[in-house]
Amino acid sequence: MLTTNNKRLQKRHRAEARFRAYGVLSLMAAATVLFFLIFSIVSSGYTAFFRITVLLVIELDAEQSAVAPPYSRDVLMQGRYRPLVKSALYAQFPGVTDRRERRDLSRLLSPGAELAVRDYLIAHPDSFGKTIALEVPLASDFDQLFKQHLPRSGDNIRFSEDQLQWYDQLRKEGLIRYRFNMQFLLGGDSRYPELAGIRGAVVGSFYALLVCFLLSFPLGIAAATYLEEFAPKTRLTRIIEANINNLAAVPSVIFGLLGLAIFLNVFGLPRSTPLVGGIVLSLMTLPTIIIATRASIRSVSPGIRQAGLAMGASPVQVVFHHVLPVAMPGTLTGTIIGLAQALGETAPLLMIGMVAFIANVPTTPLDASAALPVQIFLWAESAERGFVEKTSAAIMVIMMFLIMMNLLAVIIRTRTQSKVE
Amino acid sequence: MMNYVMTADSTDTNDNVIRKMQDSLESEASNSRADIKMTAEGVSVFYGAEQALDDINIDIHSKQITALIGPSGCGKTTFLRCLNRMNDVIDGCRVNGRISLDGEDIYAPSVDVVSLRSHVGMVFQKPNPFPKSIFENVAYGPKIHGHAQTREEIEEIAVRSLKKAGLFEEVKDRLHAPATGLSGGQQQRLCIARAISINPGMLLMDEPCSALDPIATARIEDLMWELKENITIIIVTHSMQQASRVSQQTGFFHMGVMAEVGPTEQIFQNPVDQRTRDYITGRFG
Repeated sequence: MLTTNNKRLQKRHRAEARFRAYGVLSLMAAATVLFFLIFSIVSSGYTAFFRITVLLVIELDAEQSAVAPPYSRDVLMQGRYRPLVKSALYAQFPGVTDRRERRDLSRLLSPGAELAVRDYLIAHPDSFGKTIALEVPLASDFDQLFKQHLPRSGDNIRFSEDQLQWYDQLRKEGLIRYRFNMQFLLGGDSRYPELAGIRGAVVGSFYALLVCFLLSFPLGIAAATYLEEFAPKTRLTRIIEANINNLAAVPSVIFGLLGLAIFLNVFGLPRSTPLVGGIVLSLMTLPTIIIATRASIRSVSPGIRQAGLAMGASPVQVVFHHVLPVAMPGTLTGTIIGLAQALGETAPLLMIGMVAFIANVPTTPLDASAALPVQIFLWAESAERGFVEKTSAAIMVIMMFLIMMNLLAVIIRTRTQSKVE
Repeated sequence: MMNYVMTADSTDTNDNVIRKMQDSLESEASNSRADIKMTAEGVSVFYGAEQALDDINIDIHSKQITALIGPSGCGKTTFLRCLNRMNDVIDGCRVNGRISLDGEDIYAPSVDVVSLRSHVGMVFQKPNPFPKSIFENVAYGPKIHGHAQTREEIEEIAVRSLKKAGLFEEVKDRLHAPATGLSGGQQQRLCIARAISINPGMLLMDEPCSALDPIATARIEDLMWELKENITIIIVTHSMQQASRVSQQTGFFHMGVMAEVGPTEQIFQNPVDQRTRDYITGRFG
């Protein structure tokens, strides 16, 4: 009687085991996909955090750089340092004298090589006349060659025989160094992959999210509180409620079109700026925040409201003293998730012109700027091999920010939960 | 703990009640009398089209405990919530008739409901302390009503209220710990402390012990006994034993009407109405 011999019972046990197996399988499938996604991005992107430089002995000649004392920052910014770097490179290869050969040789250098000299001089303005050893970046193609992303031979090779020979000689002499690429984290965008940095996009996204937060957080809470606590339950409020939910499902590109039509064309706000980007993103974040806030206001125990009212608090006091503080963790979690969505949003930013090439790092939300997802889009479109790794690295950066924001949401949720219990 | 019902003091009071009840039957001018705290005359309540209460009349005697008993859904909580206008927040709730506190109509247009509730406090069925510290719970009322300005004054009121509610000794070392960490009985006494922190003349208690064990219940009943020295208390209860232990006057509600009201002893020992008799002898309810 009590054994599992019973046919029906055996069937039930089998069904249960099957169901569990399906669950484990689907979890494994999801984990595998996630693993390959992260693996492919990291494996193709981590090299972007490094670049090669060549160690050159450079004579700092004031005349050749066309600068005259006083060597203030402004004066030094105007200097021409490419000749200094070129001569230093030519000095490594005394046998190369032909003009055409020398031009090929100088193409080993990145167009940003002279900027290294400039930055050194700005940091040490009294160095003219001295001879220094300085590491300057090499051109992206050689960087990619070093990282074995480009072939040395075959069709469509991008190097001449001579250039490969010079490059090999520099490597043999130990002058080529593999360095952490600070410029990728600290610089703005560039046409040259070895010089392109992500800081402009990070700062642009930060300002856009800041504007988005400042607009959508107070508006969202006010709207949700009014709808949930004060609004009469009429047909009109029901229509508004339904449309807020609809708004959350509107494709983001439409918000971009709206921003283009209204904020740029009617109000004449500056194009390509984080200000307009943030306003457009806040249109998308608002419904998310309103929905999350309403849900958490609704979950506040009615007993707390009654207690407040019975103590002679006015309805507004009850909301601000008792309901909103209890609803705040849910509201904040919803807000952070809304902002994380906004951070990854590309289409509306394309519509308001944040897709333009901007090399400067913005200093205010009113400066034209890139944004992280748009930067990824721009780099992914670029033909040069050097931008492939930049694309993946930028994805790593945006994912890191997303993980951090979601982590923050989890921390807020668990901390306040334990406090209430 | 249960044996104080028949003290000399309360017998005196009960005699008074009986005399006054007889008086009020003879003359209608009873609400001008000093020891009638609150009067309900012809109170009917509707939720939308549905009538919840029909023509309720009762005088609430000052500094006494009035118990409202009756089966579930008979309207006793609805009636209680009329007395400090907590029904105002329910959509579609309409109150007819007249309820007066110290002779003043509480539904008059000139009455500020916030001020009314500061005079008529309320304790709910489920303990509902604010999810803040113990201290903040008892300091909140004096703060919003401006009863105290300085920190010292607020502290003094908070400590006094906790002492009156018999909770101070248990919580004095953790005044700033969250109130939600207290036991159910302590939470309910904290809610009472919070209600009396603003010196209400009346306290409405809606089944305050239904979520508590017998020991915590006994402590609350002790406390009510002490509070009635200064405060008029109305308690809604499902427990007839509780009504007979703590109250001097009892009203029996049945299906939206007040079937019988009178001195507690009379209601429990010699009820006039057949429905009351059936209910207290356990024939229904």
